[in-house]
This record gives sequence, C-alpha cells and structure tokens, in this order.
Amino acid sequence: MKTPIYLDYSATTPCDPRVVERMLPFFTETFGNSASRSHSFGWTAEAAVENAREQVAELIHAHPKEVLWTSGSTEANNLAIKGVAEMYRQKGNHLITAITEHKAVLDPMKHLESQGFEVTWLPVDGKGRVDLGQLAAALTERTLLVSLMAANNEIGTVHPLREIGKLCKQKGVLFHTDATQAPGRMELDVEAQGIDLMSLSAHKFYGPKGVGALYVRRKNPRVRLAAQMDGGGHERGMRSGTLNVTGIVGMGAAAALARTEMAGETARLRALRDRLEARLLRGFPEAVINGDIASRLPHLANVSFPYVEGESLIMGIKDLAVSSGSACTSASLEPSYVLKGLGLGDELAHSSIRFSLGRFTTEAEVDFAADRVITEAMRLRDMSPLWEMVQEGIDLSKVKWTAH
Amino acid sequence: MAYSDKVLDHYQNPRNVGAMDKNASDVGTGVVGAPECGDVMKLQIKVAADGRILDAKFKTYGCGSAIASSSLATEWLKGTTVDDAAKIKNTQIVEELALPPVKIHCSVLAEDAIKAAIEDWRQKQAAAKQNADGISGTI
Ligand SMILES: Cc1ncc(COP(=O)(O)O)c(C=O)c1O
Repeated sequence: MKTPIYLDYSATTPCDPRVVERMLPFFTETFGNSASRSHSFGWTAEAAVENAREQVAELIHAHPKEVLWTSGSTEANNLAIKGVAEMYRQKGNHLITAITEHKAVLDPMKHLESQGFEVTWLPVDGKGRVDLGQLAAALTERTLLVSLMAANNEIGTVHPLREIGKLCKQKGVLFHTDATQAPGRMELDVEAQGIDLMSLSAHKFYGPKGVGALYVRRKNPRVRLAAQMDGGGHERGMRSGTLNVTGIVGMGAAAALARTEMAGETARLRALRDRLEARLLRGFPEAVINGDIASRLPHLANVSFPYVEGESLIMGIKDLAVSSGSACTSASLEPSYVLKGLGLGDELAHSSIRFSLGRFTTEAEVDFAADRVITEAMRLRDMSPLWEMVQEGIDLSKVKWTAH
Repeated sequence: MAYSDKVLDHYQNPRNVGAMDKNASDVGTGVVGAPECGDVMKLQIKVAADGRILDAKFKTYGCGSAIASSSLATEWLKGTTVDDAAKIKNTQIVEELALPPVKIHCSVLAEDAIKAAIEDWRQKQAAAKQNADGISGTI
C-alpha cells in the first residue's frame, strides 16, 4: 500500500484525471480570453465557459444565468453576504448565521457587525443542529439574510435546507447556503430547497483549486448584489476580472461527474465510512462519533478518542493524512470552535480526528488506517494521566486544574 | 508542524512512563495543566533520605512536545538531587528539544511539574517530621 494514505478529502480533493484531460487544451491551444469578442480564440473560450456554467447549473438545478464564477467559496461567501447586506441596506440591518459555520462565513459576518449590521449567531445542539424554532424566532422585519451551510466541514452534519428555505421564504428573507462540502455527497436543488444564494468550490469535488461559483437566484425573488470588486464588469457586473477559463472548464467537468456519479459514489463512501467507524469502535470502544448520525455527509467521520490528545495522535499516524480538531494545530490552545460549539467536554474536543474519504479511497486503506489509529491511540492513552485518573474513579470535571 | 529529531525520539520512545504510589512518603507527585488547554502532565519523583532522586516517572496528556518535555525531564531528574532539580529551567528544555515558540508552554509546564513534585515531597517530609516530633513529645 502506498503511504501516506490520503483521508482528508474534506480539506481538498485531487483533480479527477478526466477533469484534467478536459482542462489541458485550455492552457495552451484554446487559451483565449472569454471576454474577447473579436476573434475565434475568445469565442471558443466563451463557449467553454458557458458550457461549464450549464454543467454547474445542472448540478444544483439552477438556470445557467444564475451561476457566477468566483475564485472559490471564500470569495463566493464574501460576495453573497456582504453583497446582499450592502445592496439591501435600506431594507434592513440584520443577518442570521450559526456558530459552526466556516470562517469564510463567520468573518464576513463579523466585518458587517463592525459596519453597524446586527448578526444573530445561532447556537447548535450536541450534534451540530440548529433549532428551527430558534431560527424562526430570530427572523424579523429587519432581517436581510440567513446564511446556514449545507453540511459542516468538520463534523459533516447536514442542515435541513428545505425547512430553512421554507422558513425564509415565509418571512421574505434571503437564504444563502455555503454548500462547499456538498457536491457529489448530497442532493442540491435550489428550487426544492428554497435557496437564493449558494457557494461552491471546485477543489472540494475533484476540480482544480482557485475556482468556485456563486448561485444567485434570478426569479422569485430576483436577488441583487453589491459587487465587491470593481473593474471590467464581467459576470454581469457582479464579479469583475478575466475569467479563469481553464479552472472553469475543470469545475464544469467536475460538476458533471459529481452529478452523474453521486448515487454510486455516496453509497460506496457511506459503506467505507461505516466500516471505518465500526472498526475504530471495535478496537477502541470508548471512541465517540461526533456529528449527527441521522443526517451526515456520507464520506466523513469525526471521531474523538477520549483522554488522548489529538495532535499527539496525528503525530503518531504520520502515514495517514487526516485532520485534527485539536488545539495545537494552530498556535492557540483552543480546540476547534466547531467542537466547542457542540458543547463537547474538553477531553473530547481536544481528541478528535476528522477522517474524510473520497473517490480514490479503498477498503484496504480504510482498514489500515483504522488499525494504525487504534494502536497509536491505545499507546497514548496508556500514557495519559487523565485515563489513569478515570481508572481510579476520579471525576475529571471535579478536579481543580492549574490552567496556564 | 515539523518536529525536531529529539522530540520525535522522546515521542516514539518515551522514557520512564509509569506511576509510583502517590501516597508513599518518599514519593512526590506534581500534576499540572488542564484538559481544556490540551495538556496535563503528571510527574513523580522518588527521593532518598539524603535528597537524591532515585527514580522519576511521568504520564502526559498533550501534544508531542509536551510528551517529549516531560520525558526529558524524568531523564534529567533521575540521579540528581531535589535541590539541583529545583533549578531546572524551562529554557534548558526548549534548547535541548529545539522547541519552536508555539511549544514553549510545554517546557514551562514541565518545569512547573518538576516544582510541583518537589513541593509535594517537601510537604510530605515536613508533615512526617511534625508527626515524628509530636510522637516524641507525648512519650
Ligand atoms: C464549508 C467551507 N466553506 C468555505 C471553504 C473555503 O473554500 P475555498 O477554499 O474555495 O475558499 C471551505 C474549505 O475549506 C469549506 O469547507
């Protein structure tokens, strides 16, 4: 088996070779600027861009004219959130989001707060779910936008988009969803789910990095945005800048694959993920699965190994590429804000590993990974004073720690 | 994050992992850190009557640098005296393990653990002495 084994498909995915193949001519032969109107180089590029627009639109059941190219989800989120807030400033000043969103939603929201907007930060329950009653209660006459992600990137919890969309529609509030983690892993349908704006990023579904899209509803209602970048007026004035034609072609091809292969792939990934979790639990019965088991992305397992610190665990499994929600991956001593948001105890929040499987993950890799993690987690737990205390019957929550 | 070879070595082959009887009068135990900060160290020393440290053990919950810092500390403690042990500075640990700035808190924790273990042993000694004095007074 080739190591290290990549189990971090939620961080990014490799380009599918079929995607790369579609992209290659656009680097060298058909390299035109899609905005060039006076020659065939431009026309060819434009045709390719429009074809990709259709492919992305099809993935989410939208009209191609509602798809706007960006550099990725961070930009799409910024454009959606700030663009709506600035455009509709006369109408209201209130936005709603949840504490477990990606930074690319949280930080634009914080920016707006500093500009005088009001933001409601919805809490989540232990599984990462927002309370729809709480959401309904937070909607006011002054609310412009609700931004809630399709699925969480750390724990995989899937939000009930349909219900959220319905609530927003009833109150005449726009609904944006950061669907970065969703393509090819769950159904996306802007009509059925009542979505007005949706962020996508190609590199999360086997397309290239640095290209993404924002879906902007054109009818019922027509959503308008204040541009965040001024320039040549590309993308109907909402996002200026020469289009990344090669990347866009890749994103289109990736979207087509995500759509046509989703049924088979999600079933395969779910089976692999369940196999991984079952094996981990067999070898380390105290392990805890985080997220909402009933409504979760099929490829993701976020698992806490109590009394084992996440970074040290990752250090011991160098032959696996996984993510840790633990503190020390950043310079701070804080565990992941998402895990803290769930209200997990410290010994769980600091001990979580996110495994995210993908198109090229095999059963043998999953088994190998589970066994490596169990061995290392057991070794570290034997070294853990917390485990020793628990064995002695000490309640860790009652201990007076010397925080530093 | 790149780890130094010494950190990796201590992480992979930690020295002196284990526990001694924390109620024994010649054993000093220090537990420092907090689960919420992601590291807890337990360091124990067994001390001879003349103040020489006969044995040292640790258990650590924390990142690789925290494990290495406490493992190294036990190596340094064994064979030294409590007075010399009390002089161990976190900066020596930083230097020996080539810890990067974000991991300096691990070395601080190890120094705190040493101090806490010594303090625990000293308190036990004082208590034992008082007990002994008390007994001799009533006889
Ligand atoms: C949920 C979510 N939103 C936004 C982003 C940022 O996307 P991009 O890398 O395309 O800017 C990510 C990726 O890290 C993500 O997982």
